[in-house]
Amino acid sequence: MAEQFEPKITAFVCNWCTYAGADLTGTSRIKYQSNVRVIRLPCTGRIDFMMVLTAFSRGSDGVIISGCHPNDCHYTSGNYHARRRWMVFRDLLDFVGIDLRRVTFSWVSAAEGAKWAELVNEATNNVRALGPYKEIQQLAAAGID
Amino acid sequence: MSRIGVFICHCGENIAGTVDVAAVTKAALDMPGVVHAVDYKYMCSDPGQTMLKDAIVEKKLDGVVVAACSPRMHEPTFRRTAEEGGINPYQCEMANIREHCSWVHEKGAATTAKAIDLVRFQVEKVKRDHPLVPIRVPITKKALVLGGGIAGIQAALDIANAGSPVLLVEKSPSIGGHMSQLSETFPTLDCSQCILTPRMVEVARHPLITLYTYSELEKLDGFIGNFKATIRKKARKIDEKLCNGCGVCQQKCPVKKIPDEFNEGLSNRAAIYVPFPQAVPNKPVIDLANCTYYKTGKCKACEKLCPTKAIRFDQEDQIEVHDVGAVVLATGFKTMPVNNFSEYGYGKYKDVIDGMKFERLASASGPTGGAMKRPSDGKTPQHVVFIACAGSRDRLKGVPYCSKICCMYTAKHAMLYQHKVHGGQATVFYMDVRAAGKNYDEFVRRAVEEDGVKYVRGRVSRVYEDDGQLVVKGVDTLLGAEPVEIRADMVVLATAVQAQNDAEELAQTLHVAYDPYKFFAEAHPKLRPVETNTAGIFLAGACQAPRDIPETVAQASGAAVKVAGLFSQPELTREPIIAVVDRQPPPVFSHCVGCFLCKAACPYQAIEEEQIKNRNGDVLKVVARVNPGLCQGCGTCVSTCRTKAIDLQGFSNEQVFAELMSI
Repeated sequence: MAEQFEPKITAFVCNWCTYAGADLTGTSRIKYQSNVRVIRLPCTGRIDFMMVLTAFSRGSDGVIISGCHPNDCHYTSGNYHARRRWMVFRDLLDFVGIDLRRVTFSWVSAAEGAKWAELVNEATNNVRALGPYKEIQQLAAAGID
Repeated sequence: MSRIGVFICHCGENIAGTVDVAAVTKAALDMPGVVHAVDYKYMCSDPGQTMLKDAIVEKKLDGVVVAACSPRMHEPTFRRTAEEGGINPYQCEMANIREHCSWVHEKGAATTAKAIDLVRFQVEKVKRDHPLVPIRVPITKKALVLGGGIAGIQAALDIANAGSPVLLVEKSPSIGGHMSQLSETFPTLDCSQCILTPRMVEVARHPLITLYTYSELEKLDGFIGNFKATIRKKARKIDEKLCNGCGVCQQKCPVKKIPDEFNEGLSNRAAIYVPFPQAVPNKPVIDLANCTYYKTGKCKACEKLCPTKAIRFDQEDQIEVHDVGAVVLATGFKTMPVNNFSEYGYGKYKDVIDGMKFERLASASGPTGGAMKRPSDGKTPQHVVFIACAGSRDRLKGVPYCSKICCMYTAKHAMLYQHKVHGGQATVFYMDVRAAGKNYDEFVRRAVEEDGVKYVRGRVSRVYEDDGQLVVKGVDTLLGAEPVEIRADMVVLATAVQAQNDAEELAQTLHVAYDPYKFFAEAHPKLRPVETNTAGIFLAGACQAPRDIPETVAQASGAAVKVAGLFSQPELTREPIIAVVDRQPPPVFSHCVGCFLCKAACPYQAIEEEQIKNRNGDVLKVVARVNPGLCQGCGTCVSTCRTKAIDLQGFSNEQVFAELMSI
């Protein structure tokens, strides 16, 4: 049997909720799959969606975007900006042919350590089922980055 | 070319037990720009930090990556160490290989590979770090305390006694909170009002405390040291300067049958009322929902009879805006609504009451003058059953947590009852007795041994009425789960402590984190228990979790010290993690094209319009500028900027994309 495909997942998380939530997962010693790599940002509002495209072009098979729940943003409204941009960007991703199941957008609060573990596992399993993401990577390899 | 040093911490076995640290060190040495990499048992220890400092000097490092625990834990520690080593503190980054790696993954090659990736991200980031200088901002040395219960009173007094002015905001007409309603307090049985009212008076008299009763916080803008609080002073319909608190109005008010909140509905009050005789301030308020004048347009009896002509029917709410430097949240708790418990017959039987009602029955200032008379017929109950954990530790119908104070107050209630009704019998149904505290267990033992309170270990399944008496059906688990049936004259439920109804809304107004039960969240459960995650906002008392009075007072003093400590600094230094708009030589001036999308996106109104003029004063270009005092560094503007003219220090586009390029 072929070796199980291990996807690369890049997570864009805010410092105040999801990053702290993921810290809590650690302090609670809740285990989850090790495919995820976290990029810490101050706020989900900081996410320029070019970052998501870059993540795909640099070899990510999946992306997680996570920040504070609506109304709980440390910066009042950064997560709303992220959500709105995502709504627009999502259609664009879909249009250019990136399978939207590769992107997981979910809120995780600083108290939701268990939710972070579930989120990572779910995203990893979904992307693993979808298989490696080749489209942009092939373009990138061909020098069209 | 960068000279980066990488320091990998074992954290004892916490990291080294799961991650192959030697392999990480070896991999780090191969990363471009890394000239030095070592691993060590405890990087945060003194020798670990010395090692880092020495390496900066010896290897002439211009950036360091510490791969250890979460930056939320030790970033300040290592940044300080890096500074002592002679580099800019903001050229030190942390790779989180503990919380995000070793603690959450199994030992193996994949986990080590992840640790290496996390280190590489930070190496790429630190290479692009620029030296930053902390921002200095002035501090408004005035505190806002929200909530006038014992927590708020203590915090306000401590801050004011340390020399700073305080605004104490309380939403009800008087300060005092729940403590003013209590009869006696455990474990000393001293009268609650006797110890509280002097403090209330002290608050009212303190030259540095401004009292805002019957007021609410509408909005809080700004940041630590520089908040702007908008306070709504609800209209009492009384000119407080003229009113002398004589009380004629409440005697003459024709509406008299309104359940008295202070007495938990055990007595009635008028439509114009002072909540209780020791109220501070001792000024009445008109209850608009029940006042005849507001309902029918006629009456004004109070206005006619007021000897000082203090009634103002046309008074309106006032909005005041104050600059404050720190906020103490002391908004307290509520007890669980008992209608959840139909099996206990609350609401159906008048003699099934909750703990707060019992406090008023037992209180010398209560509706019965402290005599034990049950609500239904005023008879002295000969047998009272107390049910502990009504809602607490009940995952199905209540809350999963322990409300902490009920074991003690139930013992106190039973004891007070035994003291007041000689020959009576108090029986307590309990799950466990949790009496951890100074003299607490002794107190419970005293209730059992000296006052003869019966403790039955078991839950109550049902309370119903039979032949004019309440029948309590339960089980005694210490007697082999024998069913127990007790005929009682009164049943008291020790209802769970819950967060206030508006706690979530308030937390969102203040941008303070809260837990799933809507209690406000502390910044760190052990090491920062009185701070919130929002700098400059502190916590005291039961708004954070169920607390008893001694703990509340201690925590309030703790919060006050944090405020006083903040106010003792001449100015505040803030993290320089803020956005900046680039500046270029003429004729470009800036890549900013002045679209001001950033201005619309900024949650802090930190983006200003700057006119670039020539020497004749002609405006050449209008560009954005970030006010460093207002910017909080969220970076929302950065991702909005179309020309990439605005960037976030510490999380620059270059840095984030460099991290991404290395995945």
